[in-house]
Amino acid sequence: MAHGAGGKASRKLVEGLFAPLLFGAAPGPLGDAAQVDIDGTKVAITTDSFVVKPLTFPGGSIGELAVNGTVNDLAVSGARAEALVVSYVLEAGLPTQVLEAEVRAMAKAARDAGVRIAAGDTKVVEHGKADQMYVTTTGIGRLLHGVTIDPRSVRVGDRILLSGPIGDHGITILLARGELDLEADLRSDTRSVLPLVEALIRAAGPGIRWMRDPTRGGAATSLNELARDCGLGMVLFEDQIPVRDTVRGACELLGLDPLHIANEGQFLAVVSPEYADAAINALSLAPGGGEAQVIGEVREQPAGTVLVTTLYGGSRIVDMLVGDPLPRIC
Amino acid sequence: MRYVDEFREPELISKTADEIRRLAGTERHYRMMEVCGGHTHAIYRFGLKDILPENIELIHGPGCPVCVLPMGRIDDGLAIAHEPDVIFAAFGDMMRVPGTQGSPLEHKARGMDVRIVYSPSDALKLARLNPDKHVMFFAIGFETTAPSTALTMMRAKAEGVRNFSVFCNHVTIIPAIRAILDSPDMRLDAFIGPGHVSTVIGCRPYEWIARNERKPIVVSGFEPLDMLQSIVMLLRQLKAGEAKVENQYKRVVPWEGNRAALRAIAEVFQLRPYFEWRGLGFISQSALRINDKYAEWDAEQRFAVPGIRVTDPKAAQCGEVLKGVLKPHQCKLFGRECTPEHPIGALMVSSEGSCAAYHNYEYRKAAMVSLSSIA
Repeated sequence: MAHGAGGKASRKLVEGLFAPLLFGAAPGPLGDAAQVDIDGTKVAITTDSFVVKPLTFPGGSIGELAVNGTVNDLAVSGARAEALVVSYVLEAGLPTQVLEAEVRAMAKAARDAGVRIAAGDTKVVEHGKADQMYVTTTGIGRLLHGVTIDPRSVRVGDRILLSGPIGDHGITILLARGELDLEADLRSDTRSVLPLVEALIRAAGPGIRWMRDPTRGGAATSLNELARDCGLGMVLFEDQIPVRDTVRGACELLGLDPLHIANEGQFLAVVSPEYADAAINALSLAPGGGEAQVIGEVREQPAGTVLVTTLYGGSRIVDMLVGDPLPRIC
Repeated sequence: MRYVDEFREPELISKTADEIRRLAGTERHYRMMEVCGGHTHAIYRFGLKDILPENIELIHGPGCPVCVLPMGRIDDGLAIAHEPDVIFAAFGDMMRVPGTQGSPLEHKARGMDVRIVYSPSDALKLARLNPDKHVMFFAIGFETTAPSTALTMMRAKAEGVRNFSVFCNHVTIIPAIRAILDSPDMRLDAFIGPGHVSTVIGCRPYEWIARNERKPIVVSGFEPLDMLQSIVMLLRQLKAGEAKVENQYKRVVPWEGNRAALRAIAEVFQLRPYFEWRGLGFISQSALRINDKYAEWDAEQRFAVPGIRVTDPKAAQCGEVLKGVLKPHQCKLFGRECTPEHPIGALMVSSEGSCAAYHNYEYRKAAMVSLSSIA
C-alpha cells in the first residue's frame, strides 16, 4: 500500500520495475511528463490516476483534481496542456448525480485551465470492487519556449522557490475524512498552476533549471528526488517556508511535517541566483502568486540530501516520506 | 501560533544556548537522559544538538511506548485479530511496527480489518457502528494515554457495549527509570523528565531519584526553549551540587498530577506482577492489566491469547540503544539491515524512536561532517 503514497516506496516501484521494463535502458531522471518526438515535433505527454476519499472536500473534488493534476504535471515540465483524454472506473451503484457533479467539475476545471477534453472511456466494476470512482487523465501539451527543465542543470548557489503555502490540500483531505475530531477553516489548493508557470517563464525563463508540483509525498519528497538526481544538497530556511497557521496547527497536533503533506496547486522551482528576484517579483504580481517565496538554496553539501535550517542555528535532515503520513498519538 | 511560536523565539533560544555554554564550561562532560520519546523527537526535529556544546551529551531514554513493546505482544494482538469478525484498531504509531509476520499495515494489505484511530473513544464508536463485529483496541502508552483507555472502558461498561475489548499494553514510567538506574553499564548525571506523563502522575513520583540516587531531574516541555531551559536548570543544580525535582513545564504539569485521570486508571487497571520490555527484559510491577471488574472488556480474558515470545535478532542491539549504552548508529544493523522502510526493531519505526529520529534527521549530517573533515 505504501507504494501509492508518493514517497520512497513509489520511487522504488518506478525505478525498480516500471522504468527498466517499459522505458528501456537509462531513462534519465524521472520528470512529471515525458517528451515525445513526432515527425520532428516535440510534444509533452503525461498521465495520472486519481483516487481520493472523500470524492468532494472543501475547495474541490476528484474531477477538478483530475484536470488540474495533469495540467500541472505538464506545466512544471514546461508545457501547456492542449488536450486531455479521461478514463473513469466506476463502482456499480454509484449515484448518477455524484457522477454528473464530477463530470461538470471536470468540464469547468478544463475551461478554467484552457484545455480541451478530447476523448474518454468508462468501465463499471462490481459493487465493492472499487471505491466509488477512479479517474485517469492523460494530457498532451505544447512545449513552452524559453525554458529547459533538467535536474542535472542545477548548480550550487541556485535558489529554491515555492509558489505559495504548502500542506493545504493534504490537511484538508485528512480533516474531510471526518476521522479526526478536528475542524479548521481550510480549503484544498487545487488549481491550474499554468498561469504562474507562464509568468515565471516570461520573467526568468533562461534562469529556470527545474520545476515540480509537490503532490503526494509533499515538498520534501520532490526536493529529495531533485537532490538525488543532481547530487547536490537542498538547504531550506524553515522560517521562509510559507505554511498557514491552520496547517501548522494541525501538523503540530498530529506529529506531521508540512513538508510531507500533499499539495495540488503549488509548485517548486530552482532558479539561477541572478534571476531569483525577477522570478519572485513576477510570481508575486501574478494572480494567486502573492505568497511565493525563496525558501532555500542549492549547496554542495549535504550532497543528495534535503536539510532544513532554523533561525537559531539548528538543522535537520528531511527525508522522503516513507508510506502514508500517520498521525502520532501516544 | 500561540503556545508554539513564543517557545521557538530565535533570540531567546540563542540567549539560552549562551547560558548553557557558560554554565557547562569546558572542564567536564555531562550526560543527561531525556526519558521521553517526544523529547528525543524534538531534539532531532529542532536540531538542538547543533546548538548545544559538545560536552553536553543527551542520552535517549526508554519513553517511546511502541519501542519498548516486545514483538510477541504485537503477534499476540494480531493473532486475536485473525479471529473471524474482529476489527483491529490502534493508533497510527502502531501501524508500521513489525510483528513476526509483518506489521499491522502489512496484515491490512493481506485482508485483515485494521483501522487507525485517533483516540480509544473512536474505537468504541467503531464498535457501536459495527454491532455484528468485535472491535479490539490495541492499547499502548505510558500514563499519558492510560486514562483515556480507562475512561473509554468505563463508558463501554456503562453503556453495555459488549462487542468491544482492549488488548492492554500500558506501561508505567517509574519502573523503567529504576531499571535504567540499576543497570551497571549506565552512568548518568541528570534526567530531563517526561512532560506528558507528568501531566497525569505529577512530579512527586520522581522524588526518590533526587533523594536516593542524587540525580537532578527537571520535568520539561517539548518546545526548543522548554528543553534548553530545562538543561539550564539541570546544569545549575549540578554546579551547586544539588539534586532535586524541578518542574519547567508548569504551564501544563501540576505538581500533584491530574487526580481525575489517576482515579480513572485506578478504577480500571491494576499492576501486573511483571511485564517484558523490549531491550530491558522483565521488569516487576511495570505495566498495567485490566482488573476483574472490567474482565468482559479485556481482550486477554475474552480471547485465547497465544502468549508468543519472540527473541530479537541477535545482531540487533535495541536493548543497548534503549538503555542509552549505544548510540543508534553504533548498532551493527543501523542503516543497513534496519532502515525506516525495513525496520527490524521498533526504535526504527516510531518517529519517537531514537533510531528513526537519528536516521531521519541526523545521520547523513554526521556523515557530511566526517566527509568535510577528511577533505
